[in-house]
Amino acid sequence: MFLMEAATEIPVVDPGSADGIFSLVWLVIALPLAGAAVLLLGGRFTDRWGHLLGTAMPIGSFVISVLMFLQLMDRGEEERQVVQELYDWINVGSLDVGMDFLYDPLSALFLLLITGVGSLIHIYSIGYMSHDPRRRRFFGYLNLFVAAMLMLVLSENYLGLFLGWEGVGLASYLLIGFWQHKPSAAAAAKKAFVINRVGDMGMAAAIFLAFTLFHSTSFREISAQAGGASEGYMTAFGLLLLVGACGKSAQFPLQAWLLDAMEGPTPVSALIHAATMVTAGVYLIVRSNFVFERAPDAQTVVIVVAVISILWGAVIGCAKDDIKKALAGSTMSQIGYMMLGAGLGTAGYAFAIFHLLTHGFFKANMFLGAGSVMHGMDDDVDMRHYGLLRKAMPITFGTFLVGYLAIIGIPPFAGFWSKDKIIEVALGHSLLVGACALVGAGVTAFYMTRLLLMTFFSQKRWQKDVHPHESPAVMTFPLIALAVLSAAGGILLLGNWILHWLEPVVGPEAHPELPLPIWAITATTLVIVVIGVAVAVVLYQRREVPAVAPTDVSFATRAARNELYGNEINEGLVVGPGRRLVAGLFVFDRSGADGTFMGGGAAVKGIGTVLRRVQTGYVRSYALSILGGVVVVALAMLAVNL
Amino acid sequence: MDYVSPVIEYAELSPLFVVFGAAVIGVLIEAFAPRPLRHVLQTSVAAVGVVGAGVATVLVGLDLAESGAGRGLVGAEGSVVVDGPTVYLWGLVLVFSAAGVALFSERKLEAGVPVFAGAAATLPGSEGEREASTRGLAHTEVYPLLMFAVGGMMLFPASGDLLTMFIALEVLSLPLYLLCGLARRRRLLSQEAALKYFLLGAFSSGFFLYGVALVYGYAGSMDLDVIHDAVSNGSDDRALLLLGIAMLAVGLLFKVGAVPFQAWTPDVYQGAPTAVTAFMSAATKVAAFGALLRLFYVAFGADRWNWQPMMWAIAILTMLVGSVLACVQSDIKRMLAYSSVAHTGFLLTGMLGVQSPSALADGEVTSLQAVLFYLTTYGFATVGAFAVVSTVRDANGEASAFARWVGLGKRSPLTALVFSFFLFSMAGIPLTSGFVGKWAVFTVAGASGAWPVVAVAIASSIIAVYFYVRYIRLMFFTDPEPGRDGVPEVASVTVPSPLTSVTIAVCAIATLVLGIVPGPVLDLAMQVGDFVR
Repeated sequence: MFLMEAATEIPVVDPGSADGIFSLVWLVIALPLAGAAVLLLGGRFTDRWGHLLGTAMPIGSFVISVLMFLQLMDRGEEERQVVQELYDWINVGSLDVGMDFLYDPLSALFLLLITGVGSLIHIYSIGYMSHDPRRRRFFGYLNLFVAAMLMLVLSENYLGLFLGWEGVGLASYLLIGFWQHKPSAAAAAKKAFVINRVGDMGMAAAIFLAFTLFHSTSFREISAQAGGASEGYMTAFGLLLLVGACGKSAQFPLQAWLLDAMEGPTPVSALIHAATMVTAGVYLIVRSNFVFERAPDAQTVVIVVAVISILWGAVIGCAKDDIKKALAGSTMSQIGYMMLGAGLGTAGYAFAIFHLLTHGFFKANMFLGAGSVMHGMDDDVDMRHYGLLRKAMPITFGTFLVGYLAIIGIPPFAGFWSKDKIIEVALGHSLLVGACALVGAGVTAFYMTRLLLMTFFSQKRWQKDVHPHESPAVMTFPLIALAVLSAAGGILLLGNWILHWLEPVVGPEAHPELPLPIWAITATTLVIVVIGVAVAVVLYQRREVPAVAPTDVSFATRAARNELYGNEINEGLVVGPGRRLVAGLFVFDRSGADGTFMGGGAAVKGIGTVLRRVQTGYVRSYALSILGGVVVVALAMLAVNL
Repeated sequence: MDYVSPVIEYAELSPLFVVFGAAVIGVLIEAFAPRPLRHVLQTSVAAVGVVGAGVATVLVGLDLAESGAGRGLVGAEGSVVVDGPTVYLWGLVLVFSAAGVALFSERKLEAGVPVFAGAAATLPGSEGEREASTRGLAHTEVYPLLMFAVGGMMLFPASGDLLTMFIALEVLSLPLYLLCGLARRRRLLSQEAALKYFLLGAFSSGFFLYGVALVYGYAGSMDLDVIHDAVSNGSDDRALLLLGIAMLAVGLLFKVGAVPFQAWTPDVYQGAPTAVTAFMSAATKVAAFGALLRLFYVAFGADRWNWQPMMWAIAILTMLVGSVLACVQSDIKRMLAYSSVAHTGFLLTGMLGVQSPSALADGEVTSLQAVLFYLTTYGFATVGAFAVVSTVRDANGEASAFARWVGLGKRSPLTALVFSFFLFSMAGIPLTSGFVGKWAVFTVAGASGAWPVVAVAIASSIIAVYFYVRYIRLMFFTDPEPGRDGVPEVASVTVPSPLTSVTIAVCAIATLVLGIVPGPVLDLAMQVGDFVR
């Protein structure tokens, strides 16, 4: 009943045309794209100033985004969707796809996140990559990523979204493998690329289905026509979109690439594999709310995937000694929360986006902090070699602490507001889901405390010849900025602002029945978080942490260290059969296909050689063949008529 | 019975008059003008004739009146039909005739003399031949012959009755028989080809004429529209009609080179001077298919359930035999001849796509348009390919043996590239006109239910790709074997005069443009509308 009522209020994407400042939407994408073109095509000539240009471009986009955002705030709620139709992109037969950009409250927030956090990370990278001989190329790839990500969130149709989708995939591949001299980095890049192909297949199939059902890939058309399609089709559509989202957002079962992706430079991990690209799946589901609202079964699957991912990622985060991999596990888990929010429908869309934004702040903050630590520790990532760094790196420690408080959800930091709301809505949906989300929050508190203690507290376990030092200002400035955002991000919820802001996109918020009063839920969450923190303090602050990971550990720890055997599962389910299939195909190709074609070729030649003898050169035999032909033709005509 | 003077629509028929007029003036020049002046005069008259007729055709085309399903009129007391398809075919024939005139007047390839025999009446290898050669004699009769053939080709698809059609067939054929025998080099081969072409052509004309008589016996008239009415009303004596259709089909299928009437094609294409082959292979096919379409759509359209199975069989046989035999050729001109046989099959496939107009969606390509477009693409690729062949030479003249072309891509990359491009188009590779043409005929045939034929057509296309690509591999990726004295015996490219180079360039550009933006020409083919009765 609840769903039926909601279904009548699913908003239709119905934008006005872009004018005034909004006619600059295209420029937001064009600036970083131009930067990428100059840096990647300009070659060595741009080495000296390339990083500055590369940083200026996203800042320029950020300025435009802010101006447009202010303008959009001034408008009435009804007029907050604008579309810029740049040009006819593809027009063949009945397929007509425009290069159209949709600027609405949802994409406005993403623009701010991508260009804002993106600019900060560009600035940070100036310092982080200062000794890298291929720094210019790095900035070129980063700009390419920003342009593709903006394309993803600005496109008005699924095909343009897919263009950006593939673009960020490409940039991600290039940046994970940026240190291509390391075989592990090259392998990780390939792995990310291949696993993402699985997701992209789902995405492509979803677009095909959309075109078959609605003869369009445009959000406007589909949201207007979606009510007419059967629920079965909408469920298939939603599930295919979910496959795409799982690949890009490292959700179960396509999560295995994210931990390896940490081989890339740390700013990449912060920007692409924490703050923006991996959240594209959440964007996709929220943007496609007009699909999921009509496919409750698909929503249920989203929730299942999200819950598994929350717990899976959290368990991985508990066992990893590599600081970046621990954070990556945490990213997977946190995206699980966003997915959960998105899967909960109108009650959760706005909170999913809210958590996505706050997570973008605090996770980027912590990744950059981790990068700052690595910078001071000679690129060592093993937390067992850290300890007591708060003294050596006060600014890094301070900003990291803010991020930590935000992610575990201590009020008044940003994460408290966003995660708490998702847990609340989840409890309203079902006790089981809510309980899982609560457990996830407790585990999060545990592993983040473990990470914090092993890095900044406990005892010095530094390797020889390592002299930790604070990073330069160009790196600490972004840390401070992000720390401020992590602390104050909760402000977006003030007076339920973000709910009203997103209403034109996702519809009015539904208020589920809660099993407990809100204050009780919040108190329970906080108690569970405190328990998680306390356990970690007992285990890691009170006891000495061995500098080498102990091997005589329980099965559970081993499993968690092995990422819960995600790789082995993929290996067994996909890679092994895939290999056998390819081997089989190879044999078939050699014997069957080649045989057919080689044999066919030989047969054609053989027949030709025989037929050739008919061509005697004697005109009498030619005339005879004509006569024969005449008889045949005449008989054929008569035979038909008999 | 009173004699009524016939009404001739001079304005609409003007292209025909211009061409035949140019031909007659050519004969007069041959009779009265002094020998040194003849070449200049003849080429100018031919060029003016073709261009003038072209202009007249465009003017006629712009001014066609609406008439029933199409646009145009039945003129000259019912014997000539000037309608949309006619005008399109006239234009096409004239474009290829212009290429013919250019290739005929090429003198640089043979170092200052034409590619035609100096004195055709002398015996090959005789004293007289040597004398003609040393005196630099040239047959300028080829231009009037060409113009008569062009006139016949224009009249053939415009015929409104069977008798006119037969006359046109003879008018176009007889000059071609002569032209085929006029090669300067390898004259015995050329004369043999001409004689074979003549004998077999006369043989098949006999069948055509017999078909005319049978159909007249059935319908009581030569006029295509009267025959149509008789066929629609369906009188009793069907055997007469069916045998008549069969005999008429034989005459036309011989001209287009369909199996089993294709035997002459390789011999004639190889023996004839390459300039003549280029012109003939394109323009004859255009004219003959125009006539075939008019006869079978207008006169026998109501009876198509009876003749389509026969055409299915012919199309399938033609495509298969053409492609398979092209694979085992060792001479480039023979290979192109068999390829042209295969293309006849593809064109017949398009012709099988005929449907009643009510079965077509608005804006859908009809079989007539598909065939017209295919003729356009095929014509340009063929003329271009043969023009390139005429420039690849060794000490004995044109080197058409495969072995001589080995490694040409390294010696003359541009020529080899352009030739490969024409081959790609004939093979139907995307981004060339051939692809669009094939796509058009396959879709119309498929839409009308001729799926088996389309399946065979696709199979033949695959076989065809094999022999075209083999040639490209030969040119680019094979090194020539050293000959007896250690030096490879290979041909090289003789730089032709602008007449040939421009012809090749225009054909290449047309092939490329029709492959990338076929829209305008397809639209033009759409606008021609239907045949007028």
